Amino acid sequence: MTLADFVRQELNLTGTHLGCEHGVCGACTILMNGEAVRSCLMLAPQADGAVLNTVEGLGESQELHPLQRAFQDHHALQCGFCTPGFLMTAVAILKENPTPSREEVREAISGNICRCTGYQPIINAILQVSKKSMETEK
Amino acid sequence: MKPAPFEYFAPSELPEALELLERYGDEAKVLAGGQSLMPLMNLRLARPKVIVDINRLSNLSFIAVNSSGVLTVGGLTRQREMERSVVVRQQNPLLAAALPMIGHFQIRNRGTLGGSIVHADPAAELPAVSLLLEVEFSLRSKSGVRRVRAQDFFMDYLTTALRPDELLTEVQFPSWSQRDGWAIEEIARRNGDFAIVGVALRIRMDEADMIRNAGIVTFGVGGIPQRVHRAEEGLIGRKPDPQLAAELAKVVAEELKPDSDLHASAEYRKEVGGVLARRALTSALVRARSKEEN
Repeated sequence: MTLADFVRQELNLTGTHLGCEHGVCGACTILMNGEAVRSCLMLAPQADGAVLNTVEGLGESQELHPLQRAFQDHHALQCGFCTPGFLMTAVAILKENPTPSREEVREAISGNICRCTGYQPIINAILQVSKKSMETEK
Repeated sequence: MKPAPFEYFAPSELPEALELLERYGDEAKVLAGGQSLMPLMNLRLARPKVIVDINRLSNLSFIAVNSSGVLTVGGLTRQREMERSVVVRQQNPLLAAALPMIGHFQIRNRGTLGGSIVHADPAAELPAVSLLLEVEFSLRSKSGVRRVRAQDFFMDYLTTALRPDELLTEVQFPSWSQRDGWAIEEIARRNGDFAIVGVALRIRMDEADMIRNAGIVTFGVGGIPQRVHRAEEGLIGRKPDPQLAAELAKVVAEELKPDSDLHASAEYRKEVGGVLARRALTSALVRARSKEEN
């Protein structure tokens, strides 16, 4: 069973989506030990002992995560299918580089595909968050 | 889009892994980063009966340099770790420059040095760079270790000299001369896509501004990365003049015998291979000359 299927079926965390299931679209992106990985290309037992972060872990029930807020503000999602993958990729990007340039954001999101937005709003949302302090980000 | 059923082993020690590979032979596939194997399995283009997951063999992940500047990297080392490594950047700038070209960072978080090399995709950067750098691979089985040079390792499309009971445990990079000029160029539809064609190049110049040594490898041009000997010979003994890069482009384009496929025609690959060689030489010369001035 792939890690993506495990997260969705065994853990009932269906926020992580299945797009291409061969590692090109990024819809299945989650964090494993803080690093962004394509969960469709991992087998569930490979996560043994690891800390996983999925989109369900962003923000609180009463308060959106800064990235979620920014995605909303910038209309960085329409159908929302790619969004969890983009959010987890964005968390990873900003952890590594809290103040990326526009070019760096473009490069960093190049492994995630979106059919709806044309990407510019996504880049704007990520840049907006990067400008604010990252200290409160969990 | 799910793998066909398979038996799964995750050995925690190398001898255990080698025992499994000996027992199952070509019914087994080794799973390291999974960034090439898992897509094939999910698409059912590969249906191994047995998977030997080597990710617990943490001893196979390391980056080390000795006093002679020989860089040794374990087969299980993640590409992303190599990318972040100060040691790699200092010891081999060409290798360091090739790493970010591999797919996307999510892929490099899992993908390994050994995995990319034994998978031997014709468009992959690491096999091509290994060939140019004349590295040595350590192939380990229950019977012992074989050392195979890169030039003897890549046989054909997705086919290497690795035997079914062997693991690529480490790669040894000869010490790099900091005076060398180098460049790596590739072209792809979008950043991170498989290279349509690529060129990696290395030159050594002397105090009289003459090229003493040159290495040129092209990738994405057929089943395996291709060293372009005629182009290398054309550079040696030459003092770079404005025509040299253009001449190089012409020779490289003539020498390449690429395939046509969905992504590009053979003619396109030949021509663009030449263009990339020209750009690579220009960059490499700048680098080589800037070292001379120091």
